[in-house]
Amino acid sequence: MSAVLQYAVQGLAAGSFYALAALGLAVIFGVLGVVNFAHGAFYMLGAVAAAVLLDTLDLTLWWSLLVVPVLMFGFGLVVERLLVQWLLRLDPLYNLLLTFGLTLILVELVKQRYGVSGLPYQLPGGLQGRFDVAGVVLPRYQLFVLLFSVAVCALVWLTMTRTRIGMILRAATENPELARALGINVGRWVAPVFGFGVALAGLAGVLAAPFRAITADMGNNFAIILFAVVVIGGLGSIVGAVVAGFLVGLVEAFGQAYAPTFAQILIFVLMALVILIRPAGLFGRQEATT
Amino acid sequence: MESKRKWAGASALTVTLLLSACGGGGPGSSGGDFTGGKLVLAVLNDQSGVYKDASGPNSVKAVKMAVADYQKKYGDKAVVKKIEVTSTDHQNKPDIANTKAGELYERGGADVILDVPTSSAALAVANQAKNHKKLFLDVSAATTALTGAQCNKYTFQWAYNTHLLATGTGATVTRNGGKKWTIIYPDYEFGQNMTKSFTAAVEKAGGTVQETIPTPFPNENFATFLTKAGSGNPDVIGTMQAGGDLINLVKQFNESGLKDKGVELAVGLMLINDIHSLGVEQFAGTLFTDPWYWNMDAEARAWADRFLAETGARPSFEHAGNYSAALQYLEAVQAAGTDDADAVVAKLEGKKVNDVFLRNGEIRAQDHSVVHDANLARVKKPADVKEDWDYEEIVTKIPAAEGFPPAEASGCSMTS
Repeated sequence: MSAVLQYAVQGLAAGSFYALAALGLAVIFGVLGVVNFAHGAFYMLGAVAAAVLLDTLDLTLWWSLLVVPVLMFGFGLVVERLLVQWLLRLDPLYNLLLTFGLTLILVELVKQRYGVSGLPYQLPGGLQGRFDVAGVVLPRYQLFVLLFSVAVCALVWLTMTRTRIGMILRAATENPELARALGINVGRWVAPVFGFGVALAGLAGVLAAPFRAITADMGNNFAIILFAVVVIGGLGSIVGAVVAGFLVGLVEAFGQAYAPTFAQILIFVLMALVILIRPAGLFGRQEATT
Repeated sequence: MESKRKWAGASALTVTLLLSACGGGGPGSSGGDFTGGKLVLAVLNDQSGVYKDASGPNSVKAVKMAVADYQKKYGDKAVVKKIEVTSTDHQNKPDIANTKAGELYERGGADVILDVPTSSAALAVANQAKNHKKLFLDVSAATTALTGAQCNKYTFQWAYNTHLLATGTGATVTRNGGKKWTIIYPDYEFGQNMTKSFTAAVEKAGGTVQETIPTPFPNENFATFLTKAGSGNPDVIGTMQAGGDLINLVKQFNESGLKDKGVELAVGLMLINDIHSLGVEQFAGTLFTDPWYWNMDAEARAWADRFLAETGARPSFEHAGNYSAALQYLEAVQAAGTDDADAVVAKLEGKKVNDVFLRNGEIRAQDHSVVHDANLARVKKPADVKEDWDYEEIVTKIPAAEGFPPAEASGCSMTS
């Protein structure tokens, strides 16, 4: 029994990363209609930035959790203004190709600058160690990651449902034409939303730094799973992205425990099943578009 | 079409040969016994991917150091004056390695191919060497198949193999009290081969492997694999992961609390670059086999100082292995007086060697495995590190006869 609990905790901890990053992906898709292939690279940049800040300026994880999302937000704005916005009016495929190309460039640049073996990272003392509760080992940091990402997800959800900005964004997602007709400047929100999505990916990267290898390639595999998460949750659905994030984390953990060889395949089996039964994803709207 | 291209290539070669004979060949030129009037050492390795730091561009520099040393040693007496070192990226892919090796031998004028990490890629190159009857000195690939079932007359394995890693780490840790093992391995050729070798070594030393856990490759999240491994209460968890996966696993092992329960972590293959990039704190206490360590004695250190001046980093065993392979190749060419592969092989086979890299080395004639003393190392605690790259403490020497399997057991028959 304690083993099952243990796997569940680990699954939820792993799921926190997926939830956080997939949330960014879903927000971007929802408002811009852009399938952001560079999300894995932004996640990687977040982790690399944390490692570099620690190395050069002695900024610990606590600071990175604040500073890196801000930096990544700025970077996201620049990317949107310089590149993404010009392709918004064209077929979505163009931005997919653009962000894919951007991934290749970012990954190679990091390789050139920091090599391929990875960067070191140390946890601040307060987050080291673990709790032992009834035979279940709870590393402090995993617990922290879990709580932190749940808090962030809740905050985003509240913003989207309870504030004016959220209302505007939801209106823009729902029906941009009508929102414009009602005097809402939809275009004004496009760049900040992209920046916000990128910041979330960066934040997931910072959280990953202490217990994942910080290399230029760390985002590649992550991005693939992320897309599975978003498809399972329903493209553009915020709640869907978060729920599917944790769900995929759990599937991965129990897969590792009971069918190691299939741990990763199981995620895609789940994805295939969801697509078969609910083509729009668990929380996606079933073809409401006219 | 194909033959036309070959003719074009051949005539281009002839022209170059004539040109170099007329123009380049001054008095005393000794290009006569060398194709193209020169010797070409081709380094084929990973210039951009996961093994870039451990071998990569710095292996090319190591080979150039060997060429410089050869030229310095022999000066005017060198049998060949013009020596080129080229570098090619195989991206760790067997198909690319296969094509590039063919090109290097056919059109690049390569007399020898060096390095080649990634077992599957190395096996492809060995096959090309056999077909072209040109030399291949592998340094960075670990599979025993290179000197076993798939051995051939033109292929040598210079630095190490999975058997060495397994007897080094597996047997020694078991004898030191780590009787119960659980092995976590990436589910592909290298990981499977390593797990087999480790299991044999552990059992021979009186231990048991109670569980082997395959994992996807590549993989980021090892938390549950580790919990599962720990649930059997092993003395040792052996990991066969490498590169980024290894770093993922070690970070999560430290996080898991297994260390506090007295579970030791033994690593199948680790390079000094892994410790350098992750930081010594994370690996402290980990046991692993290092075929060569830059600070293991004065001779190694002196060479490592030169390497540091040249590259800004301390050498991995793969860098030193490349230096040694290139140097011994050049010595053999010098002795043979030609770049003819058969003549050079004859000079290499059975030779006993001591150099910067090889201690009590022997280039075994039967299976072309280059056997030598290696080390079991332990990663130092942060407090014991005295300078940059000072990460390892040598626990014990692994004599060549113990570390490498006997030639009779290799399963190699040199038919070509």
